[in-house]
Amino acid sequence: MKIKLFYFARLKETLNYSTEDLALPDEPITILKLKALLAKRGDTWGQMLMGKLKVRAAINHELVADNATIHDGDEVAFFPPVTGG
Amino acid sequence: MTVRVQTEDFDIGFELKQLRLARQDIGAVVSFVGQVRDINEGDAITTLTLEHYPGMTEKSLENIISQAKNRWDIVDALIIHRVGTLQPLDQIVLVAVSSAHRGDAFNACEFMMDYLKTEAPFWKKEVTPQGERWLEAKQADDDASARWNMKK
Repeated sequence: MKIKLFYFARLKETLNYSTEDLALPDEPITILKLKALLAKRGDTWGQMLMGKLKVRAAINHELVADNATIHDGDEVAFFPPVTGG
Repeated sequence: MTVRVQTEDFDIGFELKQLRLARQDIGAVVSFVGQVRDINEGDAITTLTLEHYPGMTEKSLENIISQAKNRWDIVDALIIHRVGTLQPLDQIVLVAVSSAHRGDAFNACEFMMDYLKTEAPFWKKEVTPQGERWLEAKQADDDASARWNMKK
């Protein structure tokens, strides 16, 4: 399956990625498993996605928990806790 | 309901007048304006840059207005939030609510601002004389948002 990924704020800046298209095996995957998969790309990825930093996730523009399941065609985003207003 | 995420400044007087004159049964308009301070955590702030998640941010703000409409008897609500690079004293956000009576408008306005702080995807980065830094989310903001779950 194919998904679209977005990164924001500190994650975008540190990973040097704002968006990417990702091809994954054709089976359901949770946010947590996706984070673990991306963390294997290197130390910076591991620290950003599986380290001490709080990371929130959204699927198709809805905030979700780590056990939410990602489906083919979904838009997934990772970002730090929000600080607007 | 109106939601706008924009780089341009906004005119509070104009926006409140639109909200106020929309219907003759409106008796109250309450608004909150947030602006950039020149100091944060003891350091001078040169500029503040706001990033957002186009698409999700607008949906999130519309959802906050919908929740306020479900909880209080309000006529209409408006949220304008700026993004991009701002200077001290620049306006950041306007939240405004119209209703028949002040109680609903006061409550809905505070609720919307508290939820915006913890739910809407915006991120602030400050430039200080020491360099750039991303702002950390504050526990006080989570607490302010959480208390609405207990209030009826």
